[in-house]
Amino acid sequence: MSTTDTTAVGQGNTTPSGTSLLEVDDLHVEFKTRDGIVRAVNGVSYSVDSGETLAVLGESGSGKSVTAQAVMGILDMPPARIPSGEIRYRGQNLLTMSNEARRKVRGAKIAMIFQDALSSLNPVLTVGYQLSEMFRVHRGMSRKEAKARAVDLMDRVRIPAAKERVNDYPHQFSGGMRQRIMIAMALALEPDLIIADEPTTALDVTVQAQVMDLLADLQKEFHMGLILITHDLGVVADVADKIAVMYAGRIVETAPVHELYKNPAHPYTKGLLQSIPRLDQKGQELYAIKGLPPNLLNIPEGCAFNPRCPMAQEVCRHELPPLHEVTDDSGRPIAGRGSACHFWKETLHG
Amino acid sequence: MGRYILRRLLQMIPVFIGTTLIIFLMVYALPGDPVRALFGDKAPDAATLAALRHQYGLDLPLWHQYWNYLSGIFKGDLGTSYSQQPVASILGAAIPVTIRLALVAFVIEMVFGVLFGVISGLRRGKLADSVLLFVTLIVIAIPTFVIGYVFQVVFGNNLGWVTPTVNDSYNITQLILPGIVLGLVSLAYVSRLTRTSVVENVRADYMRTAVAKGLPRRRIVGVHLMRNSLIPVITFLGTDLGALMGGAIVTEGIFNIQGVGNVLYKAINQADGPLVVGTVTFLVIVYLVASLIVDLLYAVLDPRIRYA
Repeated sequence: MSTTDTTAVGQGNTTPSGTSLLEVDDLHVEFKTRDGIVRAVNGVSYSVDSGETLAVLGESGSGKSVTAQAVMGILDMPPARIPSGEIRYRGQNLLTMSNEARRKVRGAKIAMIFQDALSSLNPVLTVGYQLSEMFRVHRGMSRKEAKARAVDLMDRVRIPAAKERVNDYPHQFSGGMRQRIMIAMALALEPDLIIADEPTTALDVTVQAQVMDLLADLQKEFHMGLILITHDLGVVADVADKIAVMYAGRIVETAPVHELYKNPAHPYTKGLLQSIPRLDQKGQELYAIKGLPPNLLNIPEGCAFNPRCPMAQEVCRHELPPLHEVTDDSGRPIAGRGSACHFWKETLHG
Repeated sequence: MGRYILRRLLQMIPVFIGTTLIIFLMVYALPGDPVRALFGDKAPDAATLAALRHQYGLDLPLWHQYWNYLSGIFKGDLGTSYSQQPVASILGAAIPVTIRLALVAFVIEMVFGVLFGVISGLRRGKLADSVLLFVTLIVIAIPTFVIGYVFQVVFGNNLGWVTPTVNDSYNITQLILPGIVLGLVSLAYVSRLTRTSVVENVRADYMRTAVAKGLPRRRIVGVHLMRNSLIPVITFLGTDLGALMGGAIVTEGIFNIQGVGNVLYKAINQADGPLVVGTVTFLVIVYLVASLIVDLLYAVLDPRIRYA
């Protein structure tokens, strides 16, 4: 694996001293299965700072969730394996930490919000118990003290009548309220970084907006870093500062959020943007990227997107494009922009 | 909850009447005249027979006999066995023995069954798991009377660790070996059930959440996994406690334990109608109460269960 394909564009916001809040550096994750080795993440690098929101965008199977789970340290190993790469939290490599040290980071410093709150909450424990557990385990608080903090948390994520509802079970809440409880749990110990893995996918559209707003508000209030994993371009536009688009376990494009929407520099991103239904195209056929996402057991040679790419040339089938710096018309690099396409210039101007 | 319990109690009435009636009719339909049988080979005169029939109420119509029996139960009178002892006092002596035996078996199957099941479930596919699956399969396949006699010979006669048969049925230490024999098959079932349940739950989303919360492993397994995995196991254990109370006929026979199973076995052999009906009535009540407790416990353990 050459390192040229993971040049440091993803770490554009790294401070000179090199201590971003979180840095993922050339991460590889693979799963051993009966059919062979599934290469889910193939050299991903990104970074997040305090108060910053990074959106990781991609289809299912693009490696976006696996990367997050690796950061969180909740991959089942085996079958998962991390053959190379580093995940640094405030400069410390999480992957070489002791299990006990890693456990103390989880939940307290880096917290995670999952997609399906109903299955992610323990069905037989009250939400109050599950919230107060954070304080009891990490802060050594008494049952009573922790319960009071749980009620505070529920108030904070705007759950009505928190005091009465603290002893209810997850199934007694609506979908939106359950996701608020997940958010409350993640916020409990005021972590530096929250990873939200498709936090609104399982919710009604009206509730999605409320939950996203809440998350964005709380992030501002606590000045946390946020990694938002999603396949929903609509969600991203409002809250993200920068975007990393993933395909077949690699980052194919990185950009500040508005640049990406305005002017994508990778044919895959372009396809994604075109496939958003728009009111002014009523009556026209909806655009879809042709073909299927690649089989991770057998990722196409060269650029993984080449079999589906309308711009593919001979070089795309043989040569893996590195993450090129994207420059403006006068040749100056645009901060934070990168594209893993041989023809990024043509894409940008085409 | 209160309404639910009330309804369950009301539901027990038809079940109770139905089972006792069936047993009552079956015993009545047994061939042979129990009153004549009291005299052995001698032929009693008709007047004595009639007097005895009248004394036991056997000259009354069948429905009247059943009514007498039912109303007797609620006065604490289970009738008189043909051996002239009150059924209640025979059972009164046997029940404490059976409870002791059942509890010994229950504790053994619960503690070791859950322990083996959890270890095996957490190490799915490893050596310990395969060994457990293999051994439990064998235990389930071998009938209790084979295991019972083998244990009796090996541990009682050959090794001399215990007395081969129980001479004091109230002595708990003597009941340990019979308890193991009695609980062994259930232990195998409990292990397998626990294992399956653990395997199912260990990959659940809420387990991933528990890890992501930074909880220590013993808490993840001990609280989050166990509270979910043990729901079906506890249901099984509850029903099994009912079965242990009455299902010890073979074990009690092998080890000469004077419990309820023994009483029932002898009563059936001697065609002692009142004693059979009395014992079965007791067992029916035990089952009914056990299943009620299991259902209530189930709702306590799993808040998603509603009493509708």
